[in-house]
Amino acid sequence: MSKNINVALIGNPNTGKSSVFNHLTGLNQKTGNYPGITVEKRQGVCKLPRGVKATVLDLPGTYSLNASSLDENVVIELLLNKNDKDYPDVAVVVSDVENLKRNLLLFTQIKDLNIPTILVINMSDRMRRKGIRIDTERLAQMLHTKVALISARKNEGVQQLKEYIATYKNISTEPCLSIEQIDPEYFGSLSQTFPKQSLYKLWMVITQDVNFARVERKKMEVEGATHIRTTSFLKRLQQKETIKRYQFINSVLKECYIKDLRQATDLRGRLDRVLTHRVWGFVIFFVILLSIFQALYDWSSIPMDFIDVQFAHFSDWAKTNIPSWLAPNLIAEGIIPGLGGIVIFVPQIAMLFLFISILEETGYMSRVVFIMDRLMRRFGLSGKSVIPLISGTACAIPAIMATRNIENWKERLVTILVTPFTTCSARLPVYLILIGLIIPNERILGANAQGLVLMIFYMLGFAMALLAAFVLHKIMPQNNPSYFVVEMPNYRIPLLKNVVLTIVEKTKSFVLEAGKVILAISILLWVLASNGPGKTFQNASAEVAKTVLVSDAEFDQKLSAYKLEHSYLGIVGKGIEPIIRPLGYDWKIGIAIVSSFAAREVFVGTLATIYNVGDAEEETIKNRMAAERFPDGSPVFTLASGLSLMVFYAFAMQCMSTLAIVRKETNSWCWPSVQLVVMTAVAYLGALLTFQYFSA
Amino acid sequence: MTLADLEIGDSAIIDSFDVELLPMKLIEMGCLPGNEVGLLQLAPYRDPLYLDIAGAHLAIRRETAARIFIRKKSE
Repeated sequence: MSKNINVALIGNPNTGKSSVFNHLTGLNQKTGNYPGITVEKRQGVCKLPRGVKATVLDLPGTYSLNASSLDENVVIELLLNKNDKDYPDVAVVVSDVENLKRNLLLFTQIKDLNIPTILVINMSDRMRRKGIRIDTERLAQMLHTKVALISARKNEGVQQLKEYIATYKNISTEPCLSIEQIDPEYFGSLSQTFPKQSLYKLWMVITQDVNFARVERKKMEVEGATHIRTTSFLKRLQQKETIKRYQFINSVLKECYIKDLRQATDLRGRLDRVLTHRVWGFVIFFVILLSIFQALYDWSSIPMDFIDVQFAHFSDWAKTNIPSWLAPNLIAEGIIPGLGGIVIFVPQIAMLFLFISILEETGYMSRVVFIMDRLMRRFGLSGKSVIPLISGTACAIPAIMATRNIENWKERLVTILVTPFTTCSARLPVYLILIGLIIPNERILGANAQGLVLMIFYMLGFAMALLAAFVLHKIMPQNNPSYFVVEMPNYRIPLLKNVVLTIVEKTKSFVLEAGKVILAISILLWVLASNGPGKTFQNASAEVAKTVLVSDAEFDQKLSAYKLEHSYLGIVGKGIEPIIRPLGYDWKIGIAIVSSFAAREVFVGTLATIYNVGDAEEETIKNRMAAERFPDGSPVFTLASGLSLMVFYAFAMQCMSTLAIVRKETNSWCWPSVQLVVMTAVAYLGALLTFQYFSA
Repeated sequence: MTLADLEIGDSAIIDSFDVELLPMKLIEMGCLPGNEVGLLQLAPYRDPLYLDIAGAHLAIRRETAARIFIRKKSE
């Protein structure tokens, strides 16, 4: 008989909880959001021995159940609500060998909620090197639980863990600490008022403002008014609880945990002395960033060119081979170039996430937070803002979600507001195609000139983010003192499985999410470009025939151009041309900009659609753009107009999804509106200055 | 003396602090009276501080460190 049980994976950050999750569920996982909030929810299915099937929920990392952020709050809210459909039958607390003491704090708290709790001690492969020995049997006995010593890295002990999960019913739910001993008077009177409730759960409800069983909570507020004391009283009790728990943990570890310091190697110390050095730390960080951008450019050009050419061939093939009742023009000129515009960025996005996940997995990111904090504070940001700003180079949406662990609201708000200035992967296609067009493929001091310009634009994004933060910092009122506590994890070699899963998942979500928008807009654009109002559009052939022409080919070309100019799309583009002409753009670019306000990555697809309709002779988008001329014969894409266009895309707020997430995270329409207006104004001015400067 | 007075390589014992002025997270990570604390690194401008508190490695800002009173190790 098969039965389904709920398993919750809980643990401190940096314990390899995600690796354990990946081992349990493999590719059978899906990510989503918790209802109403944007905390990422990772769930997967795991087959256990004895025909048991488990739904595994990977909860956000937390140091204790005293939640101080939205992410952490998810954990306590779930554990207090028995009616939640995800309420765990068994909790698995993942700890790591070296920080077992601190990890056990969370373990004892969860155990005291009367949930069967298994302790996983991960990274057993590090034990010998660190001179650690653990008596797991004695530990299990003292904690009244099962202890699985595993190494997610070497895939050791996972089978044993599965066995423990399947037989969770044998695990005692006896608490580690009796909460009464913290303050007998207070807890005594509390249990008199609510004789039927678990005292520790009550205490959790009082100290965290959770909305579990709302009715019950209201009742308690009325009857228990005498028990709700000042926050300082509660905080003192929390500290007392923490001390008591550590006393208990110390007494346990004294018997079963031996660390022989003479055997420990000091790799961490040696690496830290270099990586957090006040000079070398910065030099290394800069070199790492530079290498990443060079690699992004150099390594991805081959697969990208390949994809570009393949889609061009595919489009030609479709035009001649698709039966006419299937609308071959829509497929060949609208849908295929639109799809090509998405697929072409897969190599680069995958590579960017490769680097970001490696920096995270190795533990290097925390060192960056450490060396950058003081510098960032000058701009009203926190060292923790560095991670959102760097993640912003992938996508602003997860980056804005990553601001949650910034404790101070002002620092967090400023980070949210300026993150969209960083160069997200959606800007990359725009930059790549324009750089390829206007910057020669030469080497300057051994570095690729195109790669250098790309890096300059990444720097420009960061610089603008910092400048905007500085301005906001000066005009916004100061609030409470900021707390800043960052764990500095051990250095680790990244786990291939985690890196690959991150890349696959993020790339997939880009292709699917952005892809939908791009495809829809491509089709809409094609329709608008192939239809036009009234007689001027319908009589196109006759109008073009009036002009003197040499060949049939020239006639076809002139006809397409005429049609585009008089289509609905052409009319919109022409309408805004006076506004964008000072920036060096023609009405075709105008169309691309207008359509980009839904999502930037639409730019290239739009140009592909527009130029394909306008001129079917050339093979690839880039060649088509290079051949584009103003009516007076001068090229449209010059150094000045290309740079101006890049500056516009660098600063403008052209992403509906980002606006939506900012609205959600700040809980107001005010901030996203400010972003939209201010960023677009900055973009226009920046592009104007750039064009005027370079064309002078 | 407070934590902010330490130099790189120094270590001491946490003596006392006002629990209301410290983030709970710090206390949970082992910042409790009686525990040993060592200063491992300082970022530029001597802020933040990279500490080893009873085996836990973490970074805090100088303003927070200045609220934690310490005493010399008795040996």
